Amino acid sequence: MSGPMLTKGSPRKIYTLPTIIAGVSGVGLIFALLGDGIWDVMSWLAVGLPLALAAWAWSRSTPLRRKIR
Amino acid sequence: MTNSASRKWAWVHKWSSLVSTVFLLMLCVTGLPLIFHHEIDDLLHETAHPSQAVPGARPANLDSILEEVHHRYPGKVIQFASWDQDEPGVLYLSINDSVAADPLTNKFARFDANTGAFLDEPEFSGRFTTIMYRLHTDMYAGLPGKLFLGLMGLFFVAAIVSGIVIYGPFMRKLRFGEIRQNRARPVRWLDWHNFLGIVVVAWTLVVGGTGILNTWADLVIKVWQYTQLTEMLGAGKDKPVPTKLASLEDAVKLAREKLPDMEPQTVAFPGTVFAGPAHYVIFCRGNTPLTSRLLKPVVIDGETGAFTDTRDLPWFVTTLLVSKPLHFGDYGGMTLKIIWALLDLVTIAILITGLYLWMARRRAPTDQVSELALPSIERSPA
Repeated sequence: MSGPMLTKGSPRKIYTLPTIIAGVSGVGLIFALLGDGIWDVMSWLAVGLPLALAAWAWSRSTPLRRKIR
Repeated sequence: MTNSASRKWAWVHKWSSLVSTVFLLMLCVTGLPLIFHHEIDDLLHETAHPSQAVPGARPANLDSILEEVHHRYPGKVIQFASWDQDEPGVLYLSINDSVAADPLTNKFARFDANTGAFLDEPEFSGRFTTIMYRLHTDMYAGLPGKLFLGLMGLFFVAAIVSGIVIYGPFMRKLRFGEIRQNRARPVRWLDWHNFLGIVVVAWTLVVGGTGILNTWADLVIKVWQYTQLTEMLGAGKDKPVPTKLASLEDAVKLAREKLPDMEPQTVAFPGTVFAGPAHYVIFCRGNTPLTSRLLKPVVIDGETGAFTDTRDLPWFVTTLLVSKPLHFGDYGGMTLKIIWALLDLVTIAILITGLYLWMARRRAPTDQVSELALPSIERSPA
């Protein structure tokens, strides 16, 4: 991925990704209540999505990565 | 959104955050070890474990366990008996001087539910996890402390909602996830604050909201006692506490017969806060991941052992019961607990960057302030 995702501009564009992320991680919170096994795994992926995004933003913002690019 | 509207939302965000940040930081810090309270207790405290259950063997007779309790604790009474959900095969008995005594002062004895053998007498009061728990739930101030923290939770929710609203104006010239890395720290931290705040918003709203619900638990239970429990007890609500109790073994057997798809989880003894003066209330749980969080009370006459009533709990108690796992994060294995802990750390980062931004904005020279303020306000003539 080169550079930040394109969401610049209108409010609708600004809120599209945050809405999807909130939807996915919110539904993920319910998954683990519904069952064990595969439900738990889906829950980990969905609830962990914000953490993955934070790691993505962090890795992009470190000076080391900028030098490599 | 107009400039004046976003300025109002910015005002809500600033003040709801300022009022609640210190308490939210305390809640995040004390909540972190509580996610792992079971593991920490196992590590810090000697705990006896029950023997492996022999397949097909019948569990120990509850009446003989009660006899053993009375033998060990002469003159004391039992308030509750509950089967440990985290460690199957362990029966917890809550012991006090009288059935009406405050359950917070209960002592505990653990028994092997299969062999009936005494395990140990855990002392919870001085434990690290108990201190964290008390700080986290009521700051050692009882119900007023709980309700106060609930109010701080409401401010937290207001800060999140207003934060969502002003995220838009702030992001007009930025891309999602963009951190202006080559800029001064206040600008970088503003970008981090906005980014982290918006990506964890579902989790913070759910954990914040369920936390608020939990602060009302005592009140919810009181309402249940005055409504459904009183109805189920019928004329029995005015009977005195029996001098000799009916067999617990038979009462639990009867509850199992009435609710064959459920498992007994806690027995409230006659006269205690969760029971009638002369009736046992046996709370049974379901056996799927979701229904194991839901309880159904079975009322049994504490004198005759006769079945009295069983009903589904009203919606407000069910809501409270479902909100608990969603607050604790204890319903999806160790992986979910670790994710919970990391999201808690992210929340701490949002709180600290927010506090820092408020201070930076106050200290910054006027030509830099505009960069930290709402872009829409920046362009207004003020």
